[in-house]
Amino acid sequence: MNRIDEKFARLRKEGGKAFIPFITCGDPDPSMSEKIVLTLERAGADIVELGVPFSDPIADGPTIQASSQRALNSKVNLRRVLQVVRRIRRRSEIPLALLTYFNPVYQMGIRQFVREAKKAGVDGVIIPDLPLEEAGSLKNFMDEEGLDLILLVAPTSVDERIKMVGQLSGGFIYVVSVTGTTGAREKVPYPVRKLILRIKKYTNKPICLGFGISTPEQVKVIRTWVDGIIVGSALIKVIEKNLKNKHLLEEVEEFAVKMKASLI
Amino acid sequence: MLPDKRGYFGEFGGRFVPEVLVPALKELEEAYLSVARADSFQKELKSYLKDYAGRPTPLYLAENLSRSLGNTRIYLKREDLLHTGAHKLNNTLGQVLLAKKMGKNRIIAETGAGQHGVATATACALLGMECIVYMGKEDIKRQSLNVLRMETLGAEVRCVEGGSQTLKDAVNEALRDWVTNVRTTFYVLGSVVGPHPYPMMVRDFQSVIGKEAREQILQKEKRLPDCLIACVGGGSNSIGLFYPFYKDKVEFIGVEAGGSGLNTGRHAASLTKGKKGVLHGALSYLLQDKDGQIKPTYSIAPGLDYPGVGPELAYYKKTGRAKFATVTDKEALSGFFLLSRTEGIIPALESAHAIAYAKKISSKLQDKLVILNLSGRGDKDMHIIEEFSRGENEQNR
Repeated sequence: MNRIDEKFARLRKEGGKAFIPFITCGDPDPSMSEKIVLTLERAGADIVELGVPFSDPIADGPTIQASSQRALNSKVNLRRVLQVVRRIRRRSEIPLALLTYFNPVYQMGIRQFVREAKKAGVDGVIIPDLPLEEAGSLKNFMDEEGLDLILLVAPTSVDERIKMVGQLSGGFIYVVSVTGTTGAREKVPYPVRKLILRIKKYTNKPICLGFGISTPEQVKVIRTWVDGIIVGSALIKVIEKNLKNKHLLEEVEEFAVKMKASLI
Repeated sequence: MLPDKRGYFGEFGGRFVPEVLVPALKELEEAYLSVARADSFQKELKSYLKDYAGRPTPLYLAENLSRSLGNTRIYLKREDLLHTGAHKLNNTLGQVLLAKKMGKNRIIAETGAGQHGVATATACALLGMECIVYMGKEDIKRQSLNVLRMETLGAEVRCVEGGSQTLKDAVNEALRDWVTNVRTTFYVLGSVVGPHPYPMMVRDFQSVIGKEAREQILQKEKRLPDCLIACVGGGSNSIGLFYPFYKDKVEFIGVEAGGSGLNTGRHAASLTKGKKGVLHGALSYLLQDKDGQIKPTYSIAPGLDYPGVGPELAYYKKTGRAKFATVTDKEALSGFFLLSRTEGIIPALESAHAIAYAKKISSKLQDKLVILNLSGRGDKDMHIIEEFSRGENEQNR
């Protein structure tokens, strides 16, 4: 059982829901990312997703694209992200999941990536352009090391695939709320409720919803359907707006506290 | 028969896409295999290719060019004479017709130089489909005439401001559109790249080039050629020519864009200088840095300006079935003028790479029978020639 599994076990016992913020590691720079993660933990984050910047992020909308570009401008790569993870691990046991496109992992070498991620203290990995058909050898290595390869379900996924993802996904099931890219949206996509019910037919694993979740009002509607929510672009917007503000961390904390509170 | 069921050519290809697209690609694959390969579809497509697009294109013995290179026989496959001025229409007519049969009336496409965008807009005008073309801001500036052509044909051109603002970013944005509108939208990809089944489907639609050329050369010369030469960006015109000769004892030569030179970092030679990696849904050779970030590319020929290459060509390289070489911008320009002045045919700058390479290796082509794919005509490039000459003049001053 790794930190993600332990977290959900505890949440289930207490009847809680997971608040999972996402940030791009290195936006605006690695040491600030470290501080942001620790701040998020203090504000009540249950798991943190750390994004590895990539030059061609096809699943991301404008907010995360820009964030990824800022991190690339700070010369951040997969190795430096793992360094940040190591530094966080000196001070925190918060469950950490990396979100990375496949090519940086492939260039490092998948076996080496899994070893180094494990050693650094990563718990799970999400790869938006690696569907389960292509995940074979990476998944095997991760299983050996006890790391979770967290798989995604989309509104277009058919039952047969949902069943397979339900069986194979580690940690939790990442449900994409809409057909679309990442980015803050105002409304709750209601059809997602049916999708979640379909997933529950096939698995007891925790189900977390991401893409477009940005306000406490949305969360209040969604929270009874799922085991956790993932908030990316809305948080990145807070960071983006306060890049030059010395109170950046306070702003992040305030946003996170508010989102966490809406889950209770 | 390649690709295999998972869309692999040996170790290359596959389907590295977000989950939301997986069902759409499966649907496309099924529709392609059941609808597009059926006789009735092929008959309908063939009729459009013949009466609308102007196929078969001639296989022309370029005697003046051949003579200027010594004792060789070079035939040009005249894709420049196809409607819209390049081979791209072979593919877009096929894909847009398939989209129509699938009931998807919203078409999206990416374009770099604008040739694939124009070919898509043309097929959409013909078949009554809505057409949106993504194009990098930088390319819009460089290829304003093609923007106007697409708009004239009724397409909407959407400016892509992310990344390097060129072809690769236009593909990114088209993929993002597709992720969002996947239920109603058909993505017409312009080359033999992307996730399975695109590399296979685009190859098949472009194979009409090689099928015709094979019949034509047998008729004219009563034998198969010694070698085939074509330029390689994503790879659609080269694979279109090569594929029908795959089992023949015919040498394949692909010519990549050497840009300012392979050691300058300013080129687009993904097969020659790239490493294996995953971009836009397939595993192939890519120009990338050691962290796996995609590098910016450069070529005087906008249609070759792409950091990746089709997985089937990667497989041809790995297995030695094809050889790949590069020529620089300057060499390509000399090929451009050579064909213009010996034959009265102004080639596209992309195709000029193939001509330049034939010139470069002319000593090896003696007594050889060659087919060179003249993938497009050069009208679209006149302003690039103008700018380049102006730059040269300024440097010489």
